[in-house]
Amino acid sequence: MSNIGSYEKRLENFDWSIAEKELDYTPGGNINIGWYCSDRICEMGKANKPALIWEGLGGIEKQYTFNDLRVKSNTIASYLKDLGIKNEDRVCLFMDKIPELYIGFVGILKLGAVAQPLFSAFGDESLHVRLDNAQTTAIITQRKHVSKVRKILDQMPYVKHIILVDYDGNKPLKEREISFNMDEAVPVEDFKSFPTKAESPSVLHYTSGTTGQPKGVKHVHYSLISQYLTTKWVLDLQENDIYWCTADPGWVTGTSYGIIGPWSLGITQCVLDTGFSAESWYKFIEKRKITMWYSAPTAIRSLMKAGNEIIKQYDLSSLRHLASVGEPLNAEAVIWSEKVFGKAFLDTYWQTETGSMMLTNYPDMKIKPGSMGKPFPGITATILDTKTFEPVNEVGKPGLIGFKPDWPAMMRTYWRNEETYQKKFENGWYLPGDRAYIDKEGYYWFIGRDDDVINTGGHLVSPFEVESALLEHEAVAESAVVAKPDEVNMEVVKAFVTLKPGFEADDDMELKIMNFIRKKLSPLAMPQEIEFRDSLPKTRSGKIMRRVLHAQEWGEEIGDISTLEDD
Amino acid sequence: MEDMKEMILEYVIEEYCDEENDDVTFDTPLISGGIVDSFSMVSLKRFLENKYKISIPDADATPEAFDTVNKIEVLVKKFQ
Repeated sequence: MSNIGSYEKRLENFDWSIAEKELDYTPGGNINIGWYCSDRICEMGKANKPALIWEGLGGIEKQYTFNDLRVKSNTIASYLKDLGIKNEDRVCLFMDKIPELYIGFVGILKLGAVAQPLFSAFGDESLHVRLDNAQTTAIITQRKHVSKVRKILDQMPYVKHIILVDYDGNKPLKEREISFNMDEAVPVEDFKSFPTKAESPSVLHYTSGTTGQPKGVKHVHYSLISQYLTTKWVLDLQENDIYWCTADPGWVTGTSYGIIGPWSLGITQCVLDTGFSAESWYKFIEKRKITMWYSAPTAIRSLMKAGNEIIKQYDLSSLRHLASVGEPLNAEAVIWSEKVFGKAFLDTYWQTETGSMMLTNYPDMKIKPGSMGKPFPGITATILDTKTFEPVNEVGKPGLIGFKPDWPAMMRTYWRNEETYQKKFENGWYLPGDRAYIDKEGYYWFIGRDDDVINTGGHLVSPFEVESALLEHEAVAESAVVAKPDEVNMEVVKAFVTLKPGFEADDDMELKIMNFIRKKLSPLAMPQEIEFRDSLPKTRSGKIMRRVLHAQEWGEEIGDISTLEDD
Repeated sequence: MEDMKEMILEYVIEEYCDEENDDVTFDTPLISGGIVDSFSMVSLKRFLENKYKISIPDADATPEAFDTVNKIEVLVKKFQ
């Protein structure tokens, strides 16, 4: 029997107070996610239950019980407090998927500070714009990533501390750097979690839009209510499950469902901190006896590409429930997983801003492969007309997805950017920026994005950010960046570039520009292809017409080009 | 063929490692070790193709084939 039971029945008289009661939360009282993920689970008698089973390269393993999680997060919170870090200060986690990242996240929240996880593959410029916007007080990082911080340190007077969790004493620490070893620190048995309230800020995740700099999505401690319940009902986590969320906590899935969801339910989770390979993933499932697996379409398609023969070498019979997030899961992948694992991956749709699942498939509901599923109970969803922003109320008619912004995990604002936040609403509906339609049985079907943002492997990349970075390359005169279709990643970044006089458009130049962007922004933002042109399509007023290039890439109609500049 | 391996290793260290993370050898796992991610693999593939004037089909450019400098050498020689 699944946790949700009948989806239809759950819709009747649904109220978020179901989760509040289960979590013993009284409206107006204290709610601290860090405490809920550690102390409360120990108080429930699960102190000795494994919370985290971590595996690194070469099979190195570390295990932490919920009591370890409680004490070590206390230790981190106490250490940060002694440094002078206060509630609502931003503390950045810039690390690989090591235990310090997961436990540090809990510790920061216990202190009442705001956790700001950033993807460890970010280059120095990507790092800088996000730290600058957040005015981050401290960065917790590793030796292998600290050089990127050092490069931009002069421009960040607000950063008071750079905390290295794996300092080995071989090279001297530099300006503002300090060493903290979580496993060797004197354990702090008692730490009183900061009395955060429902609206106290908790997590700051950054996401990219079509224009402007990345936006800091502000979440609050009350987000726990919907993260807890969606984890319970959709991921269906049960007492004896061994859970594996493959997402990196540098992105929202890795915190909402890679930390908060499972740990607030007292579930054992496993983390594999190595790069991707079909062999290592299957081996991990077999070895750890994973029962619930939450992954991403890109990974699933990569596994499909690796073939079915390899699967036969492993015992994957422990798997009982699978789900996917990041981008629409194509029907072929759903059908494939049913064939090879005996279970279909259930697609879940949500985004950084929504903080928790919005449209999803459910354990006991009929699956239509390729569909996004139906709204989670308590979520008011619709399809809006693209011009009037009124619900279309018509089966099969495409439009914009709209949500009534009244669920607990909805973002509260964009950090220091309220103006952009307000633009995300029309007629009282929150617009996530995707187009879809609803079929006659109420299932949602994804059509595409309503803007130029590139969804590559489930991560959003801003064409504006890449174009701006390209212009900083000495050879680039003009640039336009669009999505290019890709079998595995759904979309990848493609750049169209004109060069300044004296520079040659050849393979070496393409590679130089690719590496330039990879280091400056991130591997995700690196154009997988660069097309050199003599000129780029522009309007008569000189604005580059990105949509013309996008249409060419996707084999679509170019549309109205009456404003296109004559050659 | 030591030259080829040295050349690839040097490129990997130069492009994908930094001063705190440069103890890479011919057998260091690059992809499964998280030194080169799947997106960055495209730029490594492009380097090999430009440098050795070869074309590596996408079907052969797997994370396994790119996992160590030793394996990359085998891959390059296959298409030379």
